[in-house]
Amino acid sequence: MSLVFYGESFSSRLLLGTAQYPSPQIMKSAIEVSGCEILTASVRREAAKGRDGQKFWSLIQQTGCRILPNTAGCKSVQEAVTTAHMARELFDTPWIKLEVIGNDDTLQPNVFGLVEAAKILCEEGFNVFPYTTTDLGVAEKLVDFGCQVLMPWGSPIGSGRGLNDLYALRSFRAHFPDISLVIDAGIGTASHATQALELGYDAVLLNTAVAKAGDSVAMAEAFKYALFAGRKAFEAKAINPRDMAMPSTPVVGTPFWHTHD
Amino acid sequence: MKITVNGESQVTQASNLQELVKRLGYGESKIAAAFNGSFVPHSQYINTLLSEGDDIEIVAPMQGG
Repeated sequence: MSLVFYGESFSSRLLLGTAQYPSPQIMKSAIEVSGCEILTASVRREAAKGRDGQKFWSLIQQTGCRILPNTAGCKSVQEAVTTAHMARELFDTPWIKLEVIGNDDTLQPNVFGLVEAAKILCEEGFNVFPYTTTDLGVAEKLVDFGCQVLMPWGSPIGSGRGLNDLYALRSFRAHFPDISLVIDAGIGTASHATQALELGYDAVLLNTAVAKAGDSVAMAEAFKYALFAGRKAFEAKAINPRDMAMPSTPVVGTPFWHTHD
Repeated sequence: MKITVNGESQVTQASNLQELVKRLGYGESKIAAAFNGSFVPHSQYINTLLSEGDDIEIVAPMQGG
């Protein structure tokens, strides 16, 4: 089954951020190698004489990827909603990665503001991708208001600590079997992405892990295969862990069998 | 009159948002704007009249995660 966001299908299970790369060319190469079809971007102040935004726009258009604009850095409902409005016009998309930040040190979501902003934006026809915690009550509200995608954090943004709370993430997946789930934030290396997909998550969203890797392009390729492996393993249905050993080699016919009895 | 654009105070003779954007030199750049904290669509720039103390945000697509 392919990945579906708001009725649209995608073959890649990677959503890739566009910030912090050593150069625009390295970013472009990393995007190509990763095979991703969705890029995240932001809206930021543009000085009249500065053309950074225009150059960036031109570059990401060349990739042919869908753009998922974010409300990164917003701390209030009003800021997030206004930023979403500006993003919709700028990127000509109803998609919005909704972030309402609650703490500067952990960048964890302000779930109260998140739910309120999501309600407003869903009512206005946005396709909201909420960056949230693994709190089931919060997530239920988001779904009730119309979110068809949920994006719980793996660990704090940019920390590279992977999936901090496997129990909570498993519960989250089990509780929302029919919602597209994306691990957003905290992915540090390829195995974290594999683990997310083995848990049954539909995709991962990451930026720093690729952009700040020693070799961004190689890491982008590593994620491509990691996600492929994780999804395959999930579909193949892994064995259940056991406490004690069980020989894989047949016992019957073992040479010297019972000779020590 | 004195207004704030992207957090910086400046004096302008522009009477509306469309004129302001033009005078500031944004030209055909891909931008979006907010007026006193609320989004203003491009089509409404000309109808958005400026007054002393107004707060304008002008943004563009940028890198993000």
